[in-house]
Amino acid sequence: MSVSENHFENLPKKSVSVIDTIKKIVQKQVFIPLAALLVLILFNLIADPSFFKISLDKSSSGDPVLSGYLITILDNASELAILAIGMTLVTSASGGQDISVGATVAIAGSVVLKVLCGSQSRPDQMQAPIIVAFLICLVVSMLFGAFNGMVVSFFKIQPMVATLILFTAGRSIAAWINNNELPVISDPKFGYYGNFIPGIPVPTPIFIAAICMIIIALVLKFTNLRLYSQAVGINPSSSRLNGINPQLVKFLTFVILGACVAVAGFIKVSRLSTINYSVVAKDIEMDVILAVALGGNQLSGGKFSMTSSILGAYVIQFLTTTLFKFKVSSSAIAAYKAVVVIVLVVLSAPIVREKMVQMKKKGTAAKVGKAKKEVA
Amino acid sequence: MSNPFEKNSNKELSAKSLKSRVSLTDTNLLLFITIAVFLIMYVCAVVFLGKGFAKPQTFLNILNENAALIILSCGMSLVMITGGIDISVGQVTALVCMSCAVFLDKHGGNVYVAMILALGIGLAFGLVQGYLVAYLNIQPFIVTLAGMFFAKGMTTIINATQFNVENAQFKALKATRVTVPGLGSVNKLGNYIDAYVEIGVIVALLVVLIFFCVLRWTRTGRNFYAVGGNNQSANTLGINVRRTKFTAHLLCGLLAGVGGFVYFMHVGSGSPSHASGAEMNAIASSIIGGTMLTGGVGNIAGTFFGVLSLSTIKNIVTSLGLDEAWWTNITVAAMLCIFLLLQSILLARKNKQKS
Repeated sequence: MSVSENHFENLPKKSVSVIDTIKKIVQKQVFIPLAALLVLILFNLIADPSFFKISLDKSSSGDPVLSGYLITILDNASELAILAIGMTLVTSASGGQDISVGATVAIAGSVVLKVLCGSQSRPDQMQAPIIVAFLICLVVSMLFGAFNGMVVSFFKIQPMVATLILFTAGRSIAAWINNNELPVISDPKFGYYGNFIPGIPVPTPIFIAAICMIIIALVLKFTNLRLYSQAVGINPSSSRLNGINPQLVKFLTFVILGACVAVAGFIKVSRLSTINYSVVAKDIEMDVILAVALGGNQLSGGKFSMTSSILGAYVIQFLTTTLFKFKVSSSAIAAYKAVVVIVLVVLSAPIVREKMVQMKKKGTAAKVGKAKKEVA
Repeated sequence: MSNPFEKNSNKELSAKSLKSRVSLTDTNLLLFITIAVFLIMYVCAVVFLGKGFAKPQTFLNILNENAALIILSCGMSLVMITGGIDISVGQVTALVCMSCAVFLDKHGGNVYVAMILALGIGLAFGLVQGYLVAYLNIQPFIVTLAGMFFAKGMTTIINATQFNVENAQFKALKATRVTVPGLGSVNKLGNYIDAYVEIGVIVALLVVLIFFCVLRWTRTGRNFYAVGGNNQSANTLGINVRRTKFTAHLLCGLLAGVGGFVYFMHVGSGSPSHASGAEMNAIASSIIGGTMLTGGVGNIAGTFFGVLSLSTIKNIVTSLGLDEAWWTNITVAAMLCIFLLLQSILLARKNKQKS
């Protein structure tokens, strides 16, 4: 009897350690987007393995080009990932989200086209070097970011409301910059940044996104940005007492988001070599916020994980592309996304998680109890 | 005989409370500013832009156009007073329009059943969102964002194109107009034309009246302010914070259903692009009307005038001849900006007075 009891006393201990390791993995922030990605990959593997096929094709101009759903995902998620970088910082420092990114992307794109086209709407050649256009667009976007940042940090208005201003006016300003014309740039060089550089089979936006990620990784590693924005997000007044200027940090995160918007806007117009003010980057703000939320970041500010946010952006694009593949119309996609989001958010809610852990404990306890009874 | 000192102090107390009641609290001051801005704007429009604005029918048309927005904004204000937000209302409106249109046109339904359908859809959204926000502690922005996506997707799944409803019973309801006595005008031919409002306006005014009273004089209404002002102290005072938040979202959903049907009665068609951006207009009207997004401050009457100010400025911009679409958006944004800065300055001043 005593032997058997000993035997079973060892069992729960062992299983507890397994539960602990599982718990540790589950509690890691990166787990949520990773799990979502795994589910999506598994679903696609079962439904249609050809989803993961990548082939080397020739483009219309005869250059080698990689194609396949995975490449499409990586390519199309670039803007989302770049914006997610800025949005994560803004979310962390100010405890709110910028809903004007879609509109400011339109402004950024409009500025690029305005500089490149000059006074004509369909010039034969570009009126300014692309780098100049990009730099001007960068400055303008950062100014708009600074406007948002100023309203949020110095006038102490919640970010969502403050950015509502540009959300309403942004696309109109974009149209106004170009006098409501739709400029088209015929020079193929401009298209390199949104499509392919001849000779390189990987889409350029992937490289641009990678560069942005490297930059932000370096910034987070070598500056105090992470510490400061988290401190401000968790408790602004105590961080002020510790010598951090919360207003300045919030302001700075919005300016950084402005820079991200400039890059995203540049890629967006380069993809098509033109712009449609009311459609470009439509609803992208929602996707970006979802990416941040999917990354397990608290939307009320504080601690953040940049990797999870960026991964979240790719998961969202993965989901979108998967739905497209199954012939879901682009506007109906929203409904499916909503269901996925609700499931994810409910599962990651602290209350639900606690309950789940409790249930697991109960389950194992019941199992052990049963085993004991059977032996007796 | 009572103590004379006591009596004296009582008097002082009552005088004090009277004074504080009359003095301008945040809510009252913001309400006052909103009404003043609306009146000034309208008077300026009448003086400088001439006869069009002087006609009572022009004013009534603003109401006709915005009845649904008024109802949606009321719901939005309720949620905002408790410190939350609901960005799904616009797409719920579109979903209600589309479902009712399909129900009436393709299934030959009854108008009254369609009304119940509209309320049911709104209530369902309110229930689910309220539960997730209040009892699972998920951020209202994310929950209602998902709700918005869901409603948007469902609308296109039900029907992807716009179509007009030809149901006779519904058409009769849509054409029903309530004449307003004494406000008619004489047209160019010398005929007297009655001023009218649509049924939706009556519904909207009723909603405004009901929720104005509820917020001001009922316990539920005061609970909304308490929860929005300070979650924890409301909890300590024995207010059921979760249930209050749940109720706010539920009511907002219900009002989205009502607003959806009113919008449907106004346009008489179903389309996925209906009421797009209505949630932002509702938020903007609430803010212009003096509701603070931090919660605890707000007034339904202010919201009502917020909607009126917003639509008046739109009308002014159009009649100035600046009919390129961007001017409307830019002026609305500028107005929003001014009101936000005003709120923030007010708040800063109040904090200074406290300390």
